[in-house]
Amino acid sequence: MDLPLRTRAAALAGRVVSEVSRRAGRGAGSVIGGRVTLAVDPSALEQMAAGHKVALVSGTNGKTTTTRLLAAALSTRGPVETNAAGSNLLPGLVGALSYERPGAVVALEVDEGLLSDAAAAVTPDVVVLLNLSRDQLDRIGEVRLHALSWRRMLDTQPSTTVVANVDDPLVVWAADSAATKVWVGTGQRWREDAAACPACGNRIRWAPISGGSAGDGQAADWACSSCSLRRPKPELWLEGRDLVLLDGQRLPINLQLPGWCNLANAAMAAGGVVALGQDPAWAVQAMARVGTVAGRYEQVTVDGVRVRLLLAKNPAGWAEALELIRPAPLPVIIGINARVADGHDPSWLWDVPFEKLRGRHVVATGDRGRDLAVRLRYAGVDHEFVDDYRAAVKAAGGPKVDLAANYTSFQDARLALRE
Amino acid sequence: MSNPSGGSFSIAVLYPELLGTYGDGGNATVLARRLEWRGIEAEMVEVTAGEATPRTCDLYLLGGGEDGPQTLAARELLASRALHQAVDKGAAVLAVCAGFQVLGTTFVGPDGAAHEGLGLLDVSTVRGDGGRRVGEIVVEADPDLGLPELTGYENHACVTALGPDARALGKVSVGYGNDSGDGSEGAVAGRIVGTYLHGPVLARNPALADHILASVVGPLDPLDDPDVDALRVERLAAAHRPHPITSTRRWVRRR
Repeated sequence: MDLPLRTRAAALAGRVVSEVSRRAGRGAGSVIGGRVTLAVDPSALEQMAAGHKVALVSGTNGKTTTTRLLAAALSTRGPVETNAAGSNLLPGLVGALSYERPGAVVALEVDEGLLSDAAAAVTPDVVVLLNLSRDQLDRIGEVRLHALSWRRMLDTQPSTTVVANVDDPLVVWAADSAATKVWVGTGQRWREDAAACPACGNRIRWAPISGGSAGDGQAADWACSSCSLRRPKPELWLEGRDLVLLDGQRLPINLQLPGWCNLANAAMAAGGVVALGQDPAWAVQAMARVGTVAGRYEQVTVDGVRVRLLLAKNPAGWAEALELIRPAPLPVIIGINARVADGHDPSWLWDVPFEKLRGRHVVATGDRGRDLAVRLRYAGVDHEFVDDYRAAVKAAGGPKVDLAANYTSFQDARLALRE
Repeated sequence: MSNPSGGSFSIAVLYPELLGTYGDGGNATVLARRLEWRGIEAEMVEVTAGEATPRTCDLYLLGGGEDGPQTLAARELLASRALHQAVDKGAAVLAVCAGFQVLGTTFVGPDGAAHEGLGLLDVSTVRGDGGRRVGEIVVEADPDLGLPELTGYENHACVTALGPDARALGKVSVGYGNDSGDGSEGAVAGRIVGTYLHGPVLARNPALADHILASVVGPLDPLDDPDVDALRVERLAAAHRPHPITSTRRWVRRR
C-alpha cells in the first residue's frame, strides 16, 4: 500500500536520525528515530501499519522474548517487521515500522499500559496476552486496571483474534469478551495477584488439574467461587517440553533459552502463529534458533570471570529467575535500581523468595543495592554491598557467576561489563 | 512480662493474598527474625480468605492491597470479630495502607461508597482530591513513642482523618501521610499501629518493629543493624533532597 507523502517523509527522517544515532554508538536508534517520525507525522503508526498483518504482544513478563520467538517463526515464511530491541512504547513501535517492507508481517511487543492506544492505531489482526502481575505500582496503582483497559480495548476491536493465557485469571477476564479467541495453557507459577476475582471481587479457588501437567509451571484449574469466571479449555497447551494441540499432535519444543518461563513464551508465540492462520509445527522448530534476547542469557567475560546475565523486573519475574540461577556454591550478583522504568518503590523485594539463595555468597549492587542487602540479611543469605558492577564481579569471586538484575540495572550492568 | 499465649510468639499474617500487594509481608519476616536473633521463638501463621482467623496470636499484621480485596478482607473480619477479640486479650496489631484503612470506622470500597471498617482505630478514610499520593515519606514519630525518624514509601488515593479518640503515629516532614490537613501520619491506640508507610515499614524502621514487639513481650536487648543503618542514611538523605518537580507540585497543592 502506498503511504501518504507526509508519512513517507516522516519515516525517512526517522531512519536517517536512527542511523546517525546508531553510528554514534548511542544504542539501536529506533526510539529516537521513532520520535522524529512521530514529530513529522503524528499519525505515522496508523499509516505505516495499514495493509500489513499485525500481531501485538503484551503482558507483564515475557513480552520481548515472546515477540522475538514469534518473529523468528514468522521470518521463515516471509519478511517480518519487529521491535527487536524491546522498545515497546510509541516511538519504538514507529521506529520498528519505518523501513516500509511491503508485505511484511508486523510483530510488535507493546507496553501493557499502551496496548489500548496501540491497538486503536493499528487495528491488529492478533493480540497475544501473556500475563499480568504487580509491577511498577507507584506508576500504575492497581494491576487490575491493565486488565480492565485491555477488556475495553477488545470491545472496540471485533476483528481481532485474541491469544490468551488460560492460567492467568486477569488475562482470561480481559480476553473473555473478545469475539475470536485462541486459549493457550502455559501453567503459571505466580498467583499472588489473582486471589480475588477480577470480575466480581470474590475469591478464586485453585485446584490440581486432572490429566496433563504443564512443565514445572504448575498448571492448576481455577474458578471464581461466586461468578462464572473460570479457566477456559485451552486449544494448545504445554506438557513438559511438548506443545500439545487439540487434535492430539505433540510438538517438542527445543529452545536454547532456559527454563519453564521460556517454554511458556514459546507456547504463547505458537498461539500467535495459529491465530495468524499458520502452522505451529514449523514455527516451534524455528524458535530453536533464538539464542539470546536483547542481552538476556548472554555471557560476558570480565577479568577472566565468565558472567551470565539474567533479567527480572518484578516478583513474578524474579520467581522465575531464581529457578534459572545455577546451583550453589556459584556466587550470584544481584542488581536493583528504582528508576522510572523500574518503578520507584522496591518494596517488592520482600515478595521475592531470596531465601533460595542461602548457602552461597551474594553481592548486592545497583542504585538500591542497600534495600536488597537488608532483604538478604533477613533472608539469612551471606552477602555484601558493592557499589559498582565490575567491582561486584571481582567481589563475587569464582570463575563463573550469574548476574541477575532488574530493568535499568540490567542495562547498566551490560554497559559496565562490556568486553 | 511474657506474651499472652505463652510458648512461642505467634504472628498472624492476615490475608497475605489480598493485602500483600506492596511487599508488606516482609514485616512478618522482620518481626520473626528480630525475635529469633534474641533467642525468642517465633511462629508465623498465614490466614487466607475463607479460613477462620485465630483469636490467640500475639501479633496481627494487615498489609496494603487493592480496593476489591480490601473490602473482602474487611467483610470477613467484621463477621468473625476475631481481631477484636484478640485485641481485647492484649494482642498487638500493625496495619499498613489498605489494612490501616480497614481498622478505622469507614473506608472506601471499589464502588466508591463508604464501607464499615472494624472500628479498632478512631479514623475514617475518604477518597482524596487529585491523583494518588505516591513517593518517599519521612515522619517525625510522636515523641512519647521514643522512636527515631520513620522512613518509608507511600502509595494511596484515599486520605484519612483522625477522630477525637485517635493519636497520630507522627507528623509528616516529607510526603503526604494521612493528608487530612493536620500533617499527621498513621494512628496509634494502645498496641495497635496503623500507617501508610510501605518499604516495608519495619524493614526500614527496626526501632518501630522492636517497639511493637516490646509492647507484648516487654523490653528487648538492642541489635546491631549495619545494613539497615546504611539504608536509613541513604533513604533519609534522598527524601530530604528537594526534587524539583514533586516539590513544586506539593507546594502548589498545599496552598
